[in-house]
Amino acid sequence: MATVPLQHDQHDAEWTLPSRGTVAMAALITAESSIFTIFVVAYLYYLGRDVHGPTPKDALEVPWFYSICLISSSFFIVLAERAIEHGKIAAFRLWWAITILLGIIFLYGTGVEWHSLIVDHHLTIATNLFGTTYYSLVGLHASHVVVGLVMMLFVLVFSLMGAVHPHHAYRVKTLALYWHFVDAVWIVVFTVVYVVGR
Amino acid sequence: MADQSYPVGQGVEVTVERSPARGTWLEVVHDWITTVDHKKLGIMYIAYALVFLLVAGFEAMLIRIQLIKPHNDFLSPYTFNRMFTMHGTTMVFLVGMPILFGFGNYLVPLMIGARDMAFPRLNAFSFWISSFAGLLLYYSFIGGVGLSGTGSAPDIAWFAYAPLTEKAFSPGHTTDYWAIAILANGIGSIGTAINIIATVFCMRCKGMTLSRIPLLPWLYATMSFLVLVAVSPLTACQAMLLLDRYLGAHFFDTQAGGSAILWAHFFWIFGHPEVYVLVLPAFAFANEIIPVFSRKAIFGYPAMVAASVGIGFISLGVWAHHMFTIGMTSFGNAFFTLSTMLVSIPTGIKTFNWLATIWGGKIRFETPMLFSIAFLFQWVIAGLTGIMLSVSAWNWQLHNSYFVVAHFHYVLVGAIVFMIFAAIYYWYPKITGRMLDETLGNWHFWLMVIGFHVTFDVMHFPGLLGMPRQIYTYEPDRGWNTLNFIVSIGGFIQAIAILIFVYNMVHSYFRGDDAGPDPWDAWTLEWATASPPPVYNFAIEPEVASRRPLWDRKHPEDPDSAFE
Repeated sequence: MATVPLQHDQHDAEWTLPSRGTVAMAALITAESSIFTIFVVAYLYYLGRDVHGPTPKDALEVPWFYSICLISSSFFIVLAERAIEHGKIAAFRLWWAITILLGIIFLYGTGVEWHSLIVDHHLTIATNLFGTTYYSLVGLHASHVVVGLVMMLFVLVFSLMGAVHPHHAYRVKTLALYWHFVDAVWIVVFTVVYVVGR
Repeated sequence: MADQSYPVGQGVEVTVERSPARGTWLEVVHDWITTVDHKKLGIMYIAYALVFLLVAGFEAMLIRIQLIKPHNDFLSPYTFNRMFTMHGTTMVFLVGMPILFGFGNYLVPLMIGARDMAFPRLNAFSFWISSFAGLLLYYSFIGGVGLSGTGSAPDIAWFAYAPLTEKAFSPGHTTDYWAIAILANGIGSIGTAINIIATVFCMRCKGMTLSRIPLLPWLYATMSFLVLVAVSPLTACQAMLLLDRYLGAHFFDTQAGGSAILWAHFFWIFGHPEVYVLVLPAFAFANEIIPVFSRKAIFGYPAMVAASVGIGFISLGVWAHHMFTIGMTSFGNAFFTLSTMLVSIPTGIKTFNWLATIWGGKIRFETPMLFSIAFLFQWVIAGLTGIMLSVSAWNWQLHNSYFVVAHFHYVLVGAIVFMIFAAIYYWYPKITGRMLDETLGNWHFWLMVIGFHVTFDVMHFPGLLGMPRQIYTYEPDRGWNTLNFIVSIGGFIQAIAILIFVYNMVHSYFRGDDAGPDPWDAWTLEWATASPPPVYNFAIEPEVASRRPLWDRKHPEDPDSAFE
């Protein structure tokens, strides 16, 4: 007989495993963190090594308003997570839309800042080391904001089409985890660029 | 009872066709291109890597022909630069990582009793973007001045030190091919690493607690974590390099205040852990093969897991031992000397555990075990020369000499390639349903061992006598002539061994003995299903109660589970 019956003491015990979405997102965030670390290290290493200006002191304004918008969006996305867990789809749509709106405002702020740097201060990525490291670090963050916004917009559209249900809460939470990461990275970038760097 | 058991020994009660699809060749090709099955993707990774193994081996042969005698003019200096760059880049990125990911893809879900990886479509994406990287890198051979002038193939060495990769020093597109290929390859690697981690931790079959996961998935999870934190910086570096080259940024442009040393740091933050990314799967193969061929359970399972994770962590803090000659503070030199030596503690634990596993066992000297035993010896010797090089004062004498080349080939060939061969001999029956020929396997093994030692033992000596790496020729009065001649001959012996191996693989696929589901009388779950496994792996999802579930099935009177 080739098959041997299996009888285990814990046969009836509950067998639960971590959710693969959460584990994969944590792994992705680990990888992204090390990418950001490299760019942050480069920014700090090159501070004050410019051969010529403009330097961060000449050109940078602290984007208080836009930063508050981005950070507070993390609060609204938590509200959205709670709403969908409790089956309140209308509330979920509202909080989710506010999160997206705040993200868009932040992105607009980055655009305004870059426009002023390029037009008023003649700072491009090729101007000096400050331009090189600033645009690549802030640009890397902004690209992550764009990715997050696109994914969240998809969810909003699906939700308006009536395709998002409370049993999708776990997927929404996985996406929210990414958005929290984008916010947390902004705190680091903000500290490095606007606090330490100036 | 039937619903609580799964078939052992006879395979599942489903007829498994040898060819995965019947129909026209176009349907078969379509089937392979669109597949998301972890086994097919694993086979594709392995096949892709073996093709590039032959290509990069051919490049190595060209290098050795050029160096066989002084003042040789077989290759031009430019071609020589391209050959050693492409040899190194190919071997690390297009052979080492894909073949190990291939085995991971194939084996991890089977060994943890899952039906597929956690994210099958991400898996397919990772494979295709990695293979795009390989094709792009080799496409460079037909750009620019064409094949005989070797086109725009990269000529910047596999570490691409700045500022030689800047536009001013590397005009044309040689560096661009390299950077974009490595970038694409990095994205694929990170995707696979995420997938493996999610699979190992979230797809385990019932009863497989963390302390019952076989060592191979454990080591693959550790290796994937290293990929996440070490390959990502490399990917970031390529983005910086491309910004420099295309948008006029100044990261590594020393004329504008940029730093070449920062590139070296960033590269080796990736480069050193990369050795462990490659060697941890080799350890994983040894962990599976040595116990089965010694007829004993692995000695010290918890110590093995702890040592592997320890190696992963320590390896992240040793990168600057590649940079002793770049000019660091004496504190930096001392720190990196000590941290490098620290790696020998967990590595020693693993080595002694393997020896303790073999000790008193009923050893079967079949080809997988032969390669594993050679691996043990060669890995220890590689570690000893590693300790020599980790002493910064000694390193200053030998940096960038052939001694270093000999040392890392001892690791990469003597340990990793030998274990890859062992793994192929061990799992080929599972993957194809046919045994590899044992006589040819013995020929392959002995020629490979002899060729390896003739090449790389001798290669230490021109290094000690001061021969630098990456020179296209040398003067006849340096005392290197005979040594280089012997090294080149050793290279040819290895090439013959590998050709025998390729012949064996092809021959045995059509003519080999039928393997049956469990030819080695092994203990892990992949041997519980048919060879080759059906698409869904297990007809009934398995359930385990110990680290050796098949032992429990085969020996119900003396199961491991009784002792846990």
